[in-house]
Amino acid sequence: MNVMNPDIVAPEADTTTPLTARDFTSDQEVRWCPGCGDYAILKAVRATLADVGRRPEDVVFVSGIGCAARFPYYLASYGFHTIHGRAPAVATGVKMANPDLDVWVVGGDGDFLSIGGNHLMHALRRNVDLNLLMPNNAVYGLTKGQYSPASATGMRSPSSPGGSVEAPVNAAMLALGAGARFVARSADTLQDHLPGVLKAAHANRGTSFVEILQNCVVFNDGAFDAVKDKATGAERTIRVEHGKPLIFGANADKGIHVDWATGTARVVPVGDGAAADEVTVHDQTNLALATILARMEGPDLPVALGVVYHAPGASFTDLREDDPTRTMDRAGLSRLLSAGKTWTVS
Amino acid sequence: MLDQPFASDLPATGTAAAVVRFAGDSGDGIQTLGSEFTKSSALAGHGFMTFPDFPAEIRAPAGTTFGVSAFQIQIGGDAVKTHGDTVDVLVALNPAALKTNLPSLRPGGLLLIDTDAFNKRGLEKAGYETNPLEDGSLDDYRVEAIEISRLTREAALADGRAEAGVTKKDADKARNFWALGLVYWMFEQDRSATAAWLGTKFGKRPEIAAANVAALDAGHTYGDVTDMAPPTRLRTLAAAQPKPGTYKTLTGIDGIVLGLTAASALSGLRLHYCSYPITPASAILHGLAKLEGEGVATFQAEDEIAAATAAIGASFAGGLGVTGTSGPGMALKAEALGLAAAAELPLIVVDVQRAGPSTGMPTKVEQADLNMALKGRHGEAPLPVFAAAGPGDSFDTVLEAARVATTFMTPVILLSDAYTANAAEPWRLPDVDAMADIAINRDIDPEGFHPFRRDQDTLARAWAVPGMPGLAHRLGGIERSAGSGHISYDPDNHQEMTDLRAAKLDRIRDFLPAAKIETGDDAGRVLVVGWGSTRGVLKSTVEELNAEGHAVGHMHLRNLSPLPRGLEETFGLFDSIVVAELNSGQLLDELRARFPHIPFRGLNKVTGQPFTVAEIDAALREDF
Ligand SMILES: Cc1ncc(C[n+]2csc(CCOP(=O)(O)OP(=O)(O)O)c2C)c(N)n1
Ligand code: SF4
Ligand SMILES: [Mg+2]
Repeated sequence: MNVMNPDIVAPEADTTTPLTARDFTSDQEVRWCPGCGDYAILKAVRATLADVGRRPEDVVFVSGIGCAARFPYYLASYGFHTIHGRAPAVATGVKMANPDLDVWVVGGDGDFLSIGGNHLMHALRRNVDLNLLMPNNAVYGLTKGQYSPASATGMRSPSSPGGSVEAPVNAAMLALGAGARFVARSADTLQDHLPGVLKAAHANRGTSFVEILQNCVVFNDGAFDAVKDKATGAERTIRVEHGKPLIFGANADKGIHVDWATGTARVVPVGDGAAADEVTVHDQTNLALATILARMEGPDLPVALGVVYHAPGASFTDLREDDPTRTMDRAGLSRLLSAGKTWTVS
Repeated sequence: MLDQPFASDLPATGTAAAVVRFAGDSGDGIQTLGSEFTKSSALAGHGFMTFPDFPAEIRAPAGTTFGVSAFQIQIGGDAVKTHGDTVDVLVALNPAALKTNLPSLRPGGLLLIDTDAFNKRGLEKAGYETNPLEDGSLDDYRVEAIEISRLTREAALADGRAEAGVTKKDADKARNFWALGLVYWMFEQDRSATAAWLGTKFGKRPEIAAANVAALDAGHTYGDVTDMAPPTRLRTLAAAQPKPGTYKTLTGIDGIVLGLTAASALSGLRLHYCSYPITPASAILHGLAKLEGEGVATFQAEDEIAAATAAIGASFAGGLGVTGTSGPGMALKAEALGLAAAAELPLIVVDVQRAGPSTGMPTKVEQADLNMALKGRHGEAPLPVFAAAGPGDSFDTVLEAARVATTFMTPVILLSDAYTANAAEPWRLPDVDAMADIAINRDIDPEGFHPFRRDQDTLARAWAVPGMPGLAHRLGGIERSAGSGHISYDPDNHQEMTDLRAAKLDRIRDFLPAAKIETGDDAGRVLVVGWGSTRGVLKSTVEELNAEGHAVGHMHLRNLSPLPRGLEETFGLFDSIVVAELNSGQLLDELRARFPHIPFRGLNKVTGQPFTVAEIDAALREDF
């Protein structure tokens, strides 16, 4: 029984004053290495939380283990730093128990793609209303630099001194294959881009998967420089937007043309002399296009950033028939106990 | 052999009770026969205990010995507490069933056989070189060899039923009900409940229902019209003299399902049962899934780790998180239990033990997960461990686990096993109005709130849940500062938190009942100590020994961690102490470590089968 003590007055939720990033900042000292990309991600997350405006008490951050997974400690919402890889499952339980909560899950590439790959797949397939944020530094940061499932082939690390022979996983492809209905990509330092992606992820009622390219200054420094660098980034990435032509380049002089017959993409010139209809228009509801975009990893094709795929569908908790607020009561229990064949002894 | 008198067949000693065992192929509907006979025995007012004994394979090749399914029941008066050591009436529907089950039949016991199944092929499949019906190997028993298949066909296809669409195949499937009809006749039991059940079961095909009822009736009539010696003593079985009330048949699985539902109703917390299918625990998931829509939530997770962590998530968010499994799944949950212990969240973890290690024998009983439950975690993470001693006790034990979990903010491990899970006994419905609330304290003052500030009596921390304003906090597996809950690597703090986690168990010990002698003498020659599903057999044996004048006592431990108060004093009142368990001595080791000066003796068995009264009896007599 949830007996409320009348002497204790819970603070009224103040819904009038707009929230700021400060309202989501906990009193804990942030303990990442100076220069770690997670700082920028944290900043974007706090700004997004203030922007979307859910009360801190209604927001829950669940994480696994790793550098990235320290996120909950630094946010003034409810938080649960759990065990390596299992955060999507914990978060599923949280959401089942209270579907009104705004639930976010943060974990690194090791957390989500290695030990927790199974749970990632099933959260996506079930379309549980969670926002999954995966800072991808292509390395195991917290355990001091071993290669991860996202590391490039040939990466030298303490556990692969001769260079890793393994092929890396493409997280966005994996998510699409698992049935994700929202797949996006951004990068830590792209503060003009990341908050918008986070906001779109939050708006999706279902599992939103966001891969955030993140720099680990200590163990994999510069892994994504080519993508993020102001000079080269414009040539090496493409920011996709629903309904807009797939154009990139510092001078917006290149486009992506998709050949639907072969399911491949190629770069075509845009502007003077180039036929405008050669450039494919982004349709975020098109799974085939999403798959082609997710697969673009350079060097001849730009890395796609933004919402690659978004096909809204009913979420797990919405689909469950049961009323999530209902609890068995004594009358129901009495009925249940006496159901079936009974006999009476007097 | 029909001329052998049957009246004197049952042993004259003990209370009037009879043990019936149905055996046949997995496809013969043996478990259905068992549950129908159980129901009718209950309605006839008998006490009973059942023991379904079936293979793990869904449908092993028909006719083979490893495809044999059996169901044993003892019926009689109040004294019935076990499914019986030896069988008085064995129904064997095929040669393989005879071969594997004959050892359980007592000399002079009645053997009911379908001779039509004892053909060349059937005998070969069972590995018989000669026909046991002809080679004299059954001379010690009273054999009723009847052409059950032929008689069933005749009955099932008569009265225009063949014309109505009942095939020979349909008719053959009804032969188990023919046999049941004859068994009903032997025990003078009413078969109308089974007839009604058949009507519902085959509701869409009334002609099939009618064929089965015809077989049931034909079996019954056979007893009347043939010169079958009336099994007089079976007809005068003691009726139970139970307490007044309303009763139903309860299995251990039912007890857990109803207990968890009751815990939800009494606490006002919505139940979240998270599980991954595994024998024999899956039946809990099935039972609770039927209650979706009535305030119970179930979640079939992708594996046991997800099941445990989702349950932890549900508890974190304010629900009653429960996860259930059997041995191998319990191993997978180990890391998650460490988290729940560190986060100090209420959680119930059910382990329906089965014979291991690894896949072992999934449908067979063993109590060998005790060590894992007590100690199978990384770091020091002591947790309460309770064991259910039978179907009805499963209900009570679940409620105790829920009360402790929420009062003390701790995970609780509840051990059942493959025997208790499937065994059935009569259960008096509890008075729901008289059941105490499981109080949940959500009066948390945000002023000065810290997630690890503790109640001074219980050492429980406050259970603030997401959605409550002013109480937002961060929980985690990294060591938490006593009080504030912030990350702390401080050496003294870790010592303090480790001590606090251990001290919580002491508080739980104070909260739980003290040790007591359950059956027999409070002091004397021998004390037998057991836990879990062995209660019935220990109790029966001790009652019999007491009746013979031996000073024997029986103590049954529900609380294995923390162990109850007053153990040492009680142990001191007996000359010798026997610890009986279906493992190689796990509780025994625990008791020896705790009370090194007491000479405990182990009585152990790891065959996948429960103890018999004879085994316990012989072991206890060694100390007389
Ligand atoms: C069961 C278990 N196995 C291993 C570890 C050790 N461990 C902690 S974090 C980690 C990998 C972290 O890599 P990632 O998820 O990419 O996060 P990052 O630190 O790079 O942000 C490992 C292997 C653990 N904590 N638990
Ligand atoms: S090790 Fe790498 S990922 Fe971890 S905090 Fe340092 S820079 Fe960041
Ligand atoms: Mg990483």
